[in-house]
Amino acid sequence: MYNYFHNFVLIILFINVTAFASPEEDQKLFRDHFENRFPNTEFSDYKNGVYSIDASSREQWESIEDFPPYELNIDQGEELFNQPFKNGNTYATCFENSGIAVRQNYPYFDESTNQVMTLELAINNCRKKNGEKPLSYYKGGPMADISAYMAYTSRGNQFDVKIPNSQEALDAYEAGKKLYFTKVGQLNFSCADCHVYQTGSKLRADIPSPGIGHSTHFPAYRSGAGRLVTLHERFAGCLNRVRAKPFKAQNEEYRNLEYFISYMSNGLEINGPGSRK
Amino acid sequence: MKNLRTLIATIVFTLSLGNIAYSGDIEEGKKLAFDRKKGNCLACHMMDDGELAGNNGPPLIAMKARFPNKQDLFDQIWDPTKNDPNSFMPPFGKHGAISKTEINKIIEYLYTL
Repeated sequence: MYNYFHNFVLIILFINVTAFASPEEDQKLFRDHFENRFPNTEFSDYKNGVYSIDASSREQWESIEDFPPYELNIDQGEELFNQPFKNGNTYATCFENSGIAVRQNYPYFDESTNQVMTLELAINNCRKKNGEKPLSYYKGGPMADISAYMAYTSRGNQFDVKIPNSQEALDAYEAGKKLYFTKVGQLNFSCADCHVYQTGSKLRADIPSPGIGHSTHFPAYRSGAGRLVTLHERFAGCLNRVRAKPFKAQNEEYRNLEYFISYMSNGLEINGPGSRK
Repeated sequence: MKNLRTLIATIVFTLSLGNIAYSGDIEEGKKLAFDRKKGNCLACHMMDDGELAGNNGPPLIAMKARFPNKQDLFDQIWDPTKNDPNSFMPPFGKHGAISKTEINKIIEYLYTL
């Protein structure tokens, strides 16, 4: 009963207050919900996704992490990252600090284009700028490997996603938030349905992970797929499962969504690449 | 007289057919309820002998007592968002995930729980 009441209050607050609420206020409300729902979980532990709230699956996961299945991907990613383009430039020329330990600054709002810039889009923009073809965001491969390597060099740094005080940036954030809370697809689920209201419950044998800490560990090696999965491919997986038509990776909807969920995760450590069931 | 006998035979035959169809419905209803691509009720509800059931919906027991009016149960499966716009339960009928006939078979099964 308490849970129903709490959810009800949360919904009402989001509907009525957030139209006027600042991202900071949203973030507080969002986090309070998880703090009430999982009083035994330390905030910093949410970077571990569902394993921060379920002891038995955590045990299995920790034994997987003893011999990380993504190790090879990090090595391949490093090699690809350092391999010069045909024009002699490398990825390092496109990024701050030569692309090392920068994952926590993505996504950011690019005020010159008024768009959300994600790390993986920046990787492809770097390729295009240097006359190379863009990489696919799906089915693992070089994009996931490079992204995994860049996340790996950023491990331990805390998410620091900023929302500049401009209408365009706020609009992008609001669009991401709206998609997060909108029911979609034949099965009529929003992201929030599973990852806010029902997090911690059981869907058959699956436990929906908490809505904070989602982007800290991507790209993630998924045992089911047997390879790395990028964040946007994961979004598509969710939408497919609720029988909605997925967007294309790196289109505006997904980038705004990534902006919203990453902002909710500010202060959590980057621990990508991660491994997940 | 002969006509009457034929009539009675026809009635008896039809009724028995109805009964056969009825128990068939229950069985089919169970299949539909357990099928991940159809009702997938087990995703959220403990029910019957279903394994690895979810727990974010109430257990499906004493359904006849809880929904004495069949139409109420039908409406809940057809479109739970009518009662509660934020319902976690999908609008199975309204969104065409399962048909009217399929829902009715599921209800026949649920009534046995």
